[in-house]
Amino acid sequence: MRRFFARNAPAYVFLLPWLIGFFLLALGPILASLYLSFTRYDMVSAPRWIGWGNYEYMFTRDRRFWKALQVTFTYVALAVPARLIMALGVAMLLDKGLRTIGLYRAIFYLPSLLGSSIAIAILWRQLFAADGVVNQVLAMVGIQGASWITDPDTSLFTIVVLAMWQFGSPMLIFLAGLRGIPRDLYEAAEIDGTPRWRQFTRITLPLLAPVIFFNLVLQTIDSFKTFSSAFIISNGTGAPADSLLFYTVYLFNEAFKFFRMGYASALAWFLLVIIATFTAIAFFTSKYWVHYENERD
Amino acid sequence: MAGLTLRNVGKRYGALSIIQGLNLDIHDGEFLVLVGPSGCGKSTLLRMIAGLEDISEGTISIGGKVVNDLPASKRELSMVFQSYALYPHMSVRKNLAFGLQNFKVSRAEVERRVADAARILQIEQLMDRKPRQLSGGQKQRVAIGRSIVREPQLFLFDEPLSNLDAELRVQMRAELASLYARLGTTMIYVTHDQVEAMTMASRIVVLRGGKIEQLGTPQELYTRPQNLFVAGFIGSPKINMLQARATRGSGKTTVSVAGMPDFSIAELPTEDPALTLCVRPSSLRVGNGDVTGEGTIRLVEYLGSETLLHIALSSGQVLLASDNGRTPYRMGDPVTVGFDLSELHYFDSAGKRIEPTQKESQVQ
Repeated sequence: MRRFFARNAPAYVFLLPWLIGFFLLALGPILASLYLSFTRYDMVSAPRWIGWGNYEYMFTRDRRFWKALQVTFTYVALAVPARLIMALGVAMLLDKGLRTIGLYRAIFYLPSLLGSSIAIAILWRQLFAADGVVNQVLAMVGIQGASWITDPDTSLFTIVVLAMWQFGSPMLIFLAGLRGIPRDLYEAAEIDGTPRWRQFTRITLPLLAPVIFFNLVLQTIDSFKTFSSAFIISNGTGAPADSLLFYTVYLFNEAFKFFRMGYASALAWFLLVIIATFTAIAFFTSKYWVHYENERD
Repeated sequence: MAGLTLRNVGKRYGALSIIQGLNLDIHDGEFLVLVGPSGCGKSTLLRMIAGLEDISEGTISIGGKVVNDLPASKRELSMVFQSYALYPHMSVRKNLAFGLQNFKVSRAEVERRVADAARILQIEQLMDRKPRQLSGGQKQRVAIGRSIVREPQLFLFDEPLSNLDAELRVQMRAELASLYARLGTTMIYVTHDQVEAMTMASRIVVLRGGKIEQLGTPQELYTRPQNLFVAGFIGSPKINMLQARATRGSGKTTVSVAGMPDFSIAELPTEDPALTLCVRPSSLRVGNGDVTGEGTIRLVEYLGSETLLHIALSSGQVLLASDNGRTPYRMGDPVTVGFDLSELHYFDSAGKRIEPTQKESQVQ
C-alpha cells in the first residue's frame, strides 16, 4: 500500500484539481440533491425529511408536472428527428466535395456555437414576434402570419425550429461518418443501376448507423435538458398557457422562484431516470439496427 | 458480348491532360489488359469506359453504340474493384443479389444466377457470411461473383489482385483465366503488374502518360517491343540496355559497344549514330554467342529453376543474364558473356525501334 502511494503520488498530485472539482462540485451536490429530494427544504430553514412525499406529490397531485412532461416529450419527439434530419441533409450536401468546404463547415457550425446562447434566444423571440421579421416576410407574399410565440398552438414549434437551426455538431459528426464510407461502394452501386434513393437507404443509412445511433443518444439527452431557449422565449414562465413549460423550466422555477428545493431535487432525479431509460432503450434496440464494421461474431 | 471502340478519347482535369487522343478497338470476346506505370491513366481510362468518369473529348462505343452520355448502369457492363467494394453490412448472398434487384429480374432468376455464380466461384459455403468474415481471396471471389450475376456484355477489372498476397495472386490469376475461357465475355483488365498482363491477356495495351505506347499480343510485345519504354516495361527480369554507336559503311553498319568487340550488321535505317541495344537476360549466354566479351560476376541470385547473374563488363556496365541454374557460379568469377545477333533489339536515340534491313550480320 505504501509502495503504491510512493509510486503513484505524482499522478495523484496532478489529478488533484480534477478530484477536488469532482468531489466538491459534482459528486457532493449529486448526493446532496438525492438526499434533498426526500426532504422539504426552502433554503432558509433546515431540510425536513418527508420520505417519498415529493415523489408522491409529483405523480399524483401535481398537474403542472404532467404538463411539463407532455411539453418536453413533444419537444423531444419533434426536435430530435428534425435536427438529425437537418444535420444529415446538410452533411450530405457538404460531402459532395465543395472546394470551399472548410468555410461552409464553419458557417454552418456557427449557429450551434451561438444557438444555446441567451442572445440567440432573444433574437428568436423578436424574429417570431407578432410584428417580427418572419411575419413581415410572410406579409410580403400576402400571408397573414400568426402570433407565433404568444399562441399556445404554435409557440412550441418556434423552439423546435430553433433546435433545428442548431444542427452544427451532429452535422459535423455525420460528415465525418459520410467521409468514412468508401466511394467504391457508391460506384459499384452506380454501375449496378442502383437509384440514388436506394443507395441512400441501402448503403448510406446502414453504414452510417453507428453515427446515427451516437447522434440520436446525444441529441435526445440534450433535448431533454433544453432550458435557455424555452426560458427566454417564455420569459421564464412557460407561458403561453404552459405551452412552453419545459421540464427544466418547471424545475428551475420550483427551485429558484418558489424555493422548493426538495421538490426540485426530486424533479431533477426523475429527469435522470427518464434520460437513463431512453438511453437504455436506444442501446438495447441498437443491436437490431446498428451495424459495426469491426464487431466480433 | 460486345466489342468496344475508342475514338480520339481524351480526359482533362482543368489544364492537366490525363489521356490524349486515344484510339483503340477491343474485339468482341477479347481479354484486353491495360498496363502501365502508376499515373499512366489506365484506371482513369477504365473508369471512363465504365461511365464513372466523364470523357473530355472523343467517343466511346460499346457494341457499336456510342455510350458517351449513357449512365454507367445502362452500359451493360460490370466492374470488379481493387478494394472489392463489397457492402459490409450485407451477407455474401445479398451482396451478389443487390445489383440484380435494380433490373427487374424475377426472384427465381436472381436465385438461379446467384447460385450459379456461387458454384462457379466455389463460394457456396460462404453465402450467409458477412464480408468481414472472409479472407482476401474469398472477398475477391465474391466481388467477381457480383459481376458474373449481372451477365454483362463487358467485364471491367481495376487491379483486382493488387490486395492479395503473392501466392493467392497466382492462384486467382489462373482462376480468372479459366473464368474467361468459360464465359468468353469481353474483359478489360487494368494492372500495373506486367506478369499479370502477360499471363492473362489476349492483347496488351501499354500506356504511358495517357498515350498508347504499344498494342499487341504478349508475344509481340515481348519479342518486338516498338520502343525502349515497352522493351523495359515488359519482361521480367528486366531487359538489358546498352548504349552503342553506329558507323555506316557501304551496305553495312558497324556497331560499337563499350566493353564488347565491334560487330557489323546490315544497314540500319537511321542517320543517327547513337543507338540503344537491348537484349533479354534469357538471351544473354555465358561462354558463347555471336558477340562475346569478358566480364566478372558481381552478384548471383539463385532462384531454383534459374540463376540470375549480374555480370560487370570491363566498361563497368552491368548485364543481367539468366542461366539454367546448374552451374555453381560464385561472385568474382571471371566469365565470357555473349549474345546472338538475332536476339538483339535496336532503338534509335528517340527510343524508337529500328530493324536492320537484312538479318545477315557478322562480327569483325
